[in-house]
Amino acid sequence: MFKTVLPYLLTGIAVGGQYALIAIGYTMVYGILRLINFAHGDVFMVSGILMVYITASGLPLYISLPLVLLLTAAIGFFIERVAYKPLRTAPRMSIMISAIGVSYTLQNLVLYITGGLNQFYPKIPFISDSVSVFGVNTKMVTLITPVLTIVLVIALVLLINKTKIGMAMRAVSKDFETSQLMGIKINNVISVTFIIGSFLAGVGSVLYFTNYNTVIQTSGAMPGLKAFVAAVFGGIGSIPGAVIGAFIIGICENLIKGLDIILFKAGITTTSYGLATFSDAFTFALLIIILIVKPTGLFGEKITDKV
Amino acid sequence: MREIVMQMDNVTMQFGGVVAVDSLSLDIYKDEIVALIGPNGAGKTTAFNVATGVYAPTNGRVLLRGKIIAQGHPTGKMRSMYAGTHIGEYGKLISHTPDKICKMGMARTFQNIRLFKNMTVLENVLVARHMRLNAGFFQSALNLNLHEERRLRRECSDLLDMLGLSDLMYENAASLPYGKQRYLEIARALATDPRLLLLDEPAAGMNPQETDELSDFIRKIKEDFKLTVFLIEHHMNLVMDISDRIYVLDFGKLIAEGTPEEIQKNPAVIAAYLGVEEE
Amino acid sequence: MMRNMQSGTYAQPQEKTVKLSTVISAFIILAVYAAVFVAEQTLPSTSILFTVLKKGATYALVAVSMNLLNGFTGLFSLGQAGFMLIGAYAYGILTIPVEQRANVYQYYNGGIVQFALPVVPALIIAGLVAAAFAFLIGLPVLRLKSDYLAIATLGFAEIIRTIFQWDKLGVLTNGSNLLREYPTFSDFNIRGADGEVTLYLSTLVPFIIAGVCIALIVLLLRSSYGRAFMAIRDDEIAAEAMGINLAKHKQIAFCTSSFFAGIGGAMLAMYQNTVQAKAFTSAMTYEILLIVVIGGIGSVTGSCIGSFLFVACSEWWLRFLDQKQMIGNFEVPLLRNGFRLVVFSIIIMIVVLFFRQGIMGTKELPDLFKPKKGGGKKAAKRSVKEKAEAAKEAVKADNPDAAEAIEEAAQDAAQAMTDGIANVCDAVQAAAQEAAEQAPTTLQEKAEAVKEELKAELAGDIPAAAEADAEEGGEA
Repeated sequence: MFKTVLPYLLTGIAVGGQYALIAIGYTMVYGILRLINFAHGDVFMVSGILMVYITASGLPLYISLPLVLLLTAAIGFFIERVAYKPLRTAPRMSIMISAIGVSYTLQNLVLYITGGLNQFYPKIPFISDSVSVFGVNTKMVTLITPVLTIVLVIALVLLINKTKIGMAMRAVSKDFETSQLMGIKINNVISVTFIIGSFLAGVGSVLYFTNYNTVIQTSGAMPGLKAFVAAVFGGIGSIPGAVIGAFIIGICENLIKGLDIILFKAGITTTSYGLATFSDAFTFALLIIILIVKPTGLFGEKITDKV
Repeated sequence: MREIVMQMDNVTMQFGGVVAVDSLSLDIYKDEIVALIGPNGAGKTTAFNVATGVYAPTNGRVLLRGKIIAQGHPTGKMRSMYAGTHIGEYGKLISHTPDKICKMGMARTFQNIRLFKNMTVLENVLVARHMRLNAGFFQSALNLNLHEERRLRRECSDLLDMLGLSDLMYENAASLPYGKQRYLEIARALATDPRLLLLDEPAAGMNPQETDELSDFIRKIKEDFKLTVFLIEHHMNLVMDISDRIYVLDFGKLIAEGTPEEIQKNPAVIAAYLGVEEE
Repeated sequence: MMRNMQSGTYAQPQEKTVKLSTVISAFIILAVYAAVFVAEQTLPSTSILFTVLKKGATYALVAVSMNLLNGFTGLFSLGQAGFMLIGAYAYGILTIPVEQRANVYQYYNGGIVQFALPVVPALIIAGLVAAAFAFLIGLPVLRLKSDYLAIATLGFAEIIRTIFQWDKLGVLTNGSNLLREYPTFSDFNIRGADGEVTLYLSTLVPFIIAGVCIALIVLLLRSSYGRAFMAIRDDEIAAEAMGINLAKHKQIAFCTSSFFAGIGGAMLAMYQNTVQAKAFTSAMTYEILLIVVIGGIGSVTGSCIGSFLFVACSEWWLRFLDQKQMIGNFEVPLLRNGFRLVVFSIIIMIVVLFFRQGIMGTKELPDLFKPKKGGGKKAAKRSVKEKAEAAKEAVKADNPDAAEAIEEAAQDAAQAMTDGIANVCDAVQAAAQEAAEQAPTTLQEKAEAVKEELKAELAGDIPAAAEADAEEGGEA
C-alpha cells in the first residue's frame, strides 16, 4: 500500500514546492498592490522557454542557468514598469485587465516564436538523475525541490524581517499611501517585489520543467492558477501560508491522480471511476471552499471597510 | 404620550480590541430634531452605522418604532475580548441589512458623500425609489410599466425642484459643486420616503452662510415631509440653532444629554471640547 | 484624475416626441440588418465576411452579457466561458436529431436523451440551464470582494469544464468527444426541391437572435433594475442604504448575464457545427473581457462594435500578418504564422494602457447623434479665457476696477466645475488674489504673471480629451 501511494506522494511534494515558488510571487504582489498578477504564471512559462533557447544556443550550464534566472527577474521588472505602473491610480479592474492582457501577449509571443510546437527542456545534470526512494524510482529533482524551496523561503523571510528593504515591503503592504508619505520609495519597493517574485518563479520553472520536460505556451496557465489558489488558501499576503498551501495542493492533486489505483489496491473499489480527471478541479473546489469558509485564508488577516 | 421613533439600548460596538461605542442609550421621539455631537473619533458615525444596519452591535439593541432591528451579544472570540458592560442582557442575535432598515423608514446620508458618481442627478434620486417599485421584475425589465416610470420621474423631479436642483437634473452627479452634492445626498435620502432621517455631518465643508441656509432647509423639510431628524454635526451654530435635544459622545461614551442651553453650560461637555474651536 | 462620463443615455426623459438621435440610431440598425440580408444573397457564401458576421454576432451577445455584469453592475466575474459551455451543451444535447444520436454518442450507446426539440425552445432552455447554474454558483460567490469574485468564478468555470468532460457523465455529455449533427446556422437556409439554396438566411438568423437578446438587455438597463445595478457598481454601500437588497440584485444580474451567455454559447455551437468542452477555456473568457474593454466598459454599443472589430481583425484583416510576404525578392521579416496574434495582443495592450475608456466609453449609439450641449468643457473654457483676457486688459490700462475684474474672472473660473478646468481655476484664482492684494503700481507685473500662468495651464496639464478643445482655442 505504501508503495502504491509513495510515488504520488513524492511527486506531490516536488510539485508542491514548485508551486510554492510561484505562489510567493503572487502573494507578495497582491499584498503590496492588491493585484492578482495574472501574468505571473506566464512569466514562469517564459522562463522555461528561455532556458530551452539559451541552452540550444550552446552556452554552458554555469552561464545559461544564472542568465535565465536573471532574465526572468528582468522580465518581471519590465512588465511591472510597462503594464502596471501607469495604471496605479486607475480603478482596480483596469489593472487586472492589464494583467490579463499581458498574459495574453506573452502566450501569443511564445506561440509565435515556437510555432506552437512542444519544446523540450534541456536535461540538467544531477537534478535530472534517477534515484530510488524506498524502492520507488524518481528523479533527483523530487528530493531537491522541497529542500531548496524551504531554504529560499527562509532566506526570503529573513530578508523581509531583518533588512531595511524588507521593512519597507512590509510597510507598503500594510498601508500604501502612508508609506509613501513616510518617504519610502514606492517604485523601488514594488520593483524589488516583482524581481524577487519572478526570480523565484524562474527557479521553480527550472525544477518543474526538469520533471515535466515539455514547454509550450500554455504551460504556465495551470501551474499559475494553482499557485494562486495556494496563495489564497494560505492567506493572501502571508508567505509561509502560500508555501503551506502550495504543498497541500501539490500533494492532494497528485494523490487524486492516483486515487483510482490506490482505492483499487486497497480493495475499497472494484472499478475505475475516472477520478483522475478531477485532479485539477480539486484545486478549484478547494479555492471555493476556502473563499466561502475563511476568505482570509489560513494565515490571513481580516480587513474591515471604513464606511 | 410621545411616540418613540428610534431607541438605542446599551449599544456597544467593539472592533477587535477597540471599543468604538460604549453602552450608548438614547431615545428619539417623533417630530424631534436630535443632534449627536462629540469630538472627532468619539464614535458618532459608528453609532449611525449600527442604527442603520451597517454593523451588527457587539452588545445591546436598537428599536425602530418599537420593533427590534438589531440585537447582539458577544459571541465567539469576542466573548473573551469584550470590554463593555451589560453582558448577558440581550438574547437572540438580530441583524437586519441596511436595505431592510431603509424600507422600514430610516434613511441616512453619509459623512463622505457617497453619490452614484457615474449617474445623473435624476438617476441618483430614482434609485432611491427602486425599493418601492410596484411592478415585478419581468414587468420592469421589459419596460412594460411605463405609467409607473413616468410617475416615478415626476415625483423625483418634483423633489429635486423643491431642493433647487431642477436645472441640474440631467447633469452627472460628480460634476456638481460640493454644496449641491450635499443637497443631492439629502434629496436621495428623502426619496426613500423615510420617517426618520439620519444626517451625518450635513454641513461639513460649508461656510457660515451656507450653514444658515442648511439650517432653514432642515427645518423646512422636517415640516414638509413630517420627518424626525437625527443628525451628527460639528458646526455648533447649526446644532444649537435647530436641535430640540442633544446627546454628547466622547470616546464612545455618552457624557451628557439635554437641551441646547443645558449642553452649553455642561462642564463635562466643555471639558471634552476644550481646545476644539467652532468651525 | 477621474474622467467624467457622459450624462447617461438611460436618464433621459421619456418624451412623447421621439428624439432625432433615436430615429437615426434605429435607422442605422435597420440598415445594417438589411445590408446583411442583401449581402448574403449576393456574395458567395464562402466569403470570409460571413464568418466574421456570424462569429461577431455571437461574440456581441456574449460581450454585452459580460458587460451587463462587469460594466453595469460592477461584478468582476470571469466565469463567462463556463456558462457558454453549459448553454452550448444544453442546446446540442436537446437538439441532436433522434436518428443521429446512436452515431454521435457511439461510445455511450446512443446516450440518455432520446428526443429532439426545435431550435427556439432549445435556445431558451439553454439559457435557463445556464442561469440555473449561475444561481447556485452565485449563492456563495457573490458576496466576495471583486478580486476574489474574479478568481472564484474562474475556478467554477474550470470545474464546470472538467465535469462536462467526465467520462461517467458521457451518456449525457458525450464525455470528451464532440457533440455534432445538431441544427446549425446553415440549416436555416431555405432550399428548393433540387436541394439548391433559394434564400440564404444563415447570417441573418444569428443577427436576429443576438439582436433580440441585446434588445432585451437594453430594456433591462433602462428599467429601474438597471439603475439599481449601476448604483451597486458606483457605490454598493450607498445603494444598500437606499433600500437595494444587494444579494438579490447581484443574483438577478448574475443570472441574467449567464442566461444570455448560455444563449451565446448555443449560438457558438451553431456557428462551429461541433462543440467540445475542452475548447471553453478561460482564454475564451479573457477574449470576451478584452472585447468589452476595447468597446468600452459600460457601453452596449461599444461591446457590439468591439466584437465585430475583434473578430474581423483576428479572422480576416490581420490574416495577412500570418503569411510570408515578399516585396520583390525580399522576404519581409517577422511575418509568419502567429504574428497576427502578437500584433493583436500589442494593440490590446495599447488600448488597455492608453485608451481605457475604449471606443465608446459609456456612450451609446444615440449619443453620437445628439447635438453638442451648449455648456460643457469647451464653452466654459472659452468663457474663462474671455473673462481673463478682459481682466488683463483692464489691468494694463491701470483701471481702478481692475482688481474687481480679476476677482470676477476668478469667481467665474471657480464656477466652471469640470475636471479639466480645475487647475486653470486654481491658477486664475491664485493670481487674482495676489493681484487684488497688491498696490496699483505692481498690477502690471501681476497681469503678466496671470498671463504666464494661464498660458502654462492651458498649454500643459490638461487631460487628453480636452486637447481637441485646446487646439481649437489656441493659447491664452
